[in-house]
Amino acid sequence: MTILLDLVVAWLVLGLAGLLRSHRIGWVAYTLFPAGALVALGIAAVGFSALTNGFVVERAVLPLGLPDLPFHVRLDALSGCFLLLLGAVGAGISVFAAGYFRVGEGTAPGLLCLQYHTFLASMAMVILADDAYLFMVAWETMALSSYFLVTTQHRIPEIQSAGFLYLLIAHVGALALLLCFGVLHGGSWLMTFDAMRGATLSPAWAGVAFGLALFGFGAKAGLVPLHVWLPEAHPAAPSPVSAMMSGLMLKVAIYGLLRVSFDLLHDGPWWWGMLTLVLGLGTGLFGAVFAAVQTDMKRLLAYSSIENIGLIVAAIGLAMLAYAFDMRLLAALALAAALLHTFNHALFKSLLFLATGSVLHATHERSLGKLGGLIRRMPWVATLALIGTLALAGLPPLNGFVSEWLLLQAFLTTPSIPHAFINMIVPLGAAVVVLTAALAGYVMVKFYGVVFLGQPREPSLMQAQDAGWLERIGLAWLALGCILIGVFPQAALDLVAAVTRTLVGSEVQRGPAPWWIAPVARMQASYSGLWLLLGMAGVIAVMFVLVRRMYHGRMRRTPPWNCGYPALTPRMQDTAEGFGQPIRHMFGPFFRMQRELPAPDDLAPRYRIQIDDRFWHGLYLPLARATGWLADALSVFQRGRLAIYLLYSFLTLIVLLVFVL
Amino acid sequence: MNAFAFLGQLAGVVLVVALAPVLAGWVAQCRAWLQNRSAPPLLQPYRSVRKLFRKDAALATYASPLFRAAPYVVFAAMAMAAAIIPSVTTDLPMARVADAIALVGLFATARVFIALAAMDIGSVFGSMGARREMMIGFLAEPALLMVLFNVFLMFGSTALPTVVEGSLSMSGLVLHPSLAFAGVAFVMVLLAENARIPIDNPGTHLEVTMIHEAMVLEYSARHLALIEWASWLKLLNYACIGFALFVPWGIAPHKAGPLVLLLAVALLVIKLAVAGAVLAVIETVSAKLRIFRAPEFLSMAFLLAVLGLLVHLLLQS
Repeated sequence: MTILLDLVVAWLVLGLAGLLRSHRIGWVAYTLFPAGALVALGIAAVGFSALTNGFVVERAVLPLGLPDLPFHVRLDALSGCFLLLLGAVGAGISVFAAGYFRVGEGTAPGLLCLQYHTFLASMAMVILADDAYLFMVAWETMALSSYFLVTTQHRIPEIQSAGFLYLLIAHVGALALLLCFGVLHGGSWLMTFDAMRGATLSPAWAGVAFGLALFGFGAKAGLVPLHVWLPEAHPAAPSPVSAMMSGLMLKVAIYGLLRVSFDLLHDGPWWWGMLTLVLGLGTGLFGAVFAAVQTDMKRLLAYSSIENIGLIVAAIGLAMLAYAFDMRLLAALALAAALLHTFNHALFKSLLFLATGSVLHATHERSLGKLGGLIRRMPWVATLALIGTLALAGLPPLNGFVSEWLLLQAFLTTPSIPHAFINMIVPLGAAVVVLTAALAGYVMVKFYGVVFLGQPREPSLMQAQDAGWLERIGLAWLALGCILIGVFPQAALDLVAAVTRTLVGSEVQRGPAPWWIAPVARMQASYSGLWLLLGMAGVIAVMFVLVRRMYHGRMRRTPPWNCGYPALTPRMQDTAEGFGQPIRHMFGPFFRMQRELPAPDDLAPRYRIQIDDRFWHGLYLPLARATGWLADALSVFQRGRLAIYLLYSFLTLIVLLVFVL
Repeated sequence: MNAFAFLGQLAGVVLVVALAPVLAGWVAQCRAWLQNRSAPPLLQPYRSVRKLFRKDAALATYASPLFRAAPYVVFAAMAMAAAIIPSVTTDLPMARVADAIALVGLFATARVFIALAAMDIGSVFGSMGARREMMIGFLAEPALLMVLFNVFLMFGSTALPTVVEGSLSMSGLVLHPSLAFAGVAFVMVLLAENARIPIDNPGTHLEVTMIHEAMVLEYSARHLALIEWASWLKLLNYACIGFALFVPWGIAPHKAGPLVLLLAVALLVIKLAVAGAVLAVIETVSAKLRIFRAPEFLSMAFLLAVLGLLVHLLLQS
């Protein structure tokens, strides 16, 4: 525990050291960020050991905080799991960031370094916190430091407003969490999590606490309808920061949800699980459909994050549902799927966000309509991004498939729940999961195809440079994680087994080998990523040799088939809008579309389509208008004359006196 | 995993891979007869593959390594799928490596690779075909999984050999209403996924209506041969999945003797002949749908499969 706290302090010290010579990129980027990556590895190692050496819970009371309200920290399997995630993924992002940040892009590198490492340290503290006070302090530090990171280029108005929206929703969520902890202590007024675990709440109050937690953590994780900040804030932030927010901060929210709903609250009724499941599924489908119609590569990834968070939350909901019916194995299976998908999403989404960063630096373009063909100019980034793309599309033998496979297995086992209504509903949930996963494949083909394949849509792309070696190492580290979890799924399941054991009191069946999973029973279902990979590699090798040996490998280069037209130009390629068109057509009611079509006699025809979120116009703008209207109404009291304010004070005193007497 | 079972597995895959062009030739032959044309020989696909292997590959100037790797990946995915599906026997060591959900994943891998390769050249038709193929794919994939779920729920396993053994051990001909729904849905998915007529036309030469052909427009010689072979293999794989789910009779159980295995091969050929003829009839009597009717077609398949699932759960409770 002391090592862990030292490491967190080391992050803060590294951050402060950035201020010493804040404009020296050599100092900040080539010394402090790699050192931060080393610290992250240390944290991952501590998390790993907490997971592997079982059920030892370490606690400590820090000599910090208010006089009679010291900070409590605690390291158990769940925190260990998320620390491992934070450290392992954070290390990759830090190495990439070392090669990414430059002078002259908004905030000075030294200050950025401070914000960056504060952000990391605060996430570690959220995971370690064992009382509501430290939890909220760390949570708010996390929100604020990430706000400053998002608004690195704070002179651009869009980024300002994106940052404001993020801050607003973060605080609405934090308020809900504060209220949630206020309910959880159950009248004892003790803020430690131990007291909350022991508190007895009436079912109604427990429901209120759960609802508040779902709202608060959902706002941070991006559950519909609280998702609106994600597609604004992720594109606004520099790419390593987007990667940290999407890959790590959303996972911290998932951690909070797990901590409150499985650890602090227990024995919830089944409708909690049902509510979570339905919210998760809705979020997943919503995110996937919206991701398919985006034309900005980082917005596309942001919506895809919403989708993946939806799947994770749906798995958590399924686990809660099963746990409510005391089906431990099923609960463990769903929870393992949720945890594994949390890891997987952190790996591949960070990888892709970082890859967009490299693309952004090489081309200064974020719009999909102006990219293309980068696989030839940036082979390193393109190859590593391909791994992330395939993983995110949920294809075997990479990691995304493993968690989806586990989730589907969990859904398949649910009809044994002794409740007819749930039995009817849950298979439909499986259908939604499958549809979402298949849409993710569509989205990823669009993303990769438009950015890296085809011909460059702008002449400037011909000068694009591949990423530097630090960036390549960062990307390769994350891609390696994607491959390892995919090929050795049982090893990953072993890691999360300690968590499922502490939270739901059971773990999934061990598979026969580290590369072979059989979570329910060997005869029922098993999957081995390694064998699948070897099998495919074997067939490829055999076919390659056969074709070369029996025939030949002769080849010549020709221009592509042009259907008889005089010339093919890059502008004739399918665009991102075009690729999203079938989805717009099929899921029309999801969107709020504004079309501008050219008239037949237009000399400069212009086709424009704008797609908006219905929640924005249906929920947020009316809410904002109502707030404005309320403020106007209350401004009647603001007269600007001293005498009237004195009258208000007098009246208040009178009213209070009436109450007291 | 003993060596004998492994060898048997290998032999099964080689058999299926070798048989795939015959099925394609047979369907083409039946179609020609039904349409009053003179039919190409049964072994025509072999001849065209040999011709393609001999030719020099003409590769578009922009083509990246991904474009050249994709045919091999697609072929490998289909061959792996053939190793998982119990077409002749249920004694498949590979079926423990990947169950039917992984099978759907393998099909998805093949689809994503071929779509990416189509987008690689940056020609107009390639990316249009990729977009359409992915659209068909994301609609067909859930429908296929829902069909599989129907059967999984019945036999409590996602491993196809276990499913087959379960349904073989059921005494007598029991009609499951849910399987009827699932069967219809499966045929619809099969048509869509294999670029067959209501959705796509394998024999078309009109670029605007193409899906599969538009994607492989840039391929030539050995790459095209591999892709074509993989698509024939895909059709055969789908047919074998259908047999395993709905008409498993004749598939040799665990530890069967050589005679039973031979009988199983013979029965497989007969089943394939019947299925190929039925496919040709379906293709002949139906007209190609507009591309925007395809979602309706596939969502109908999806709904039928979900309906089957609900019927199963209703009857069970």
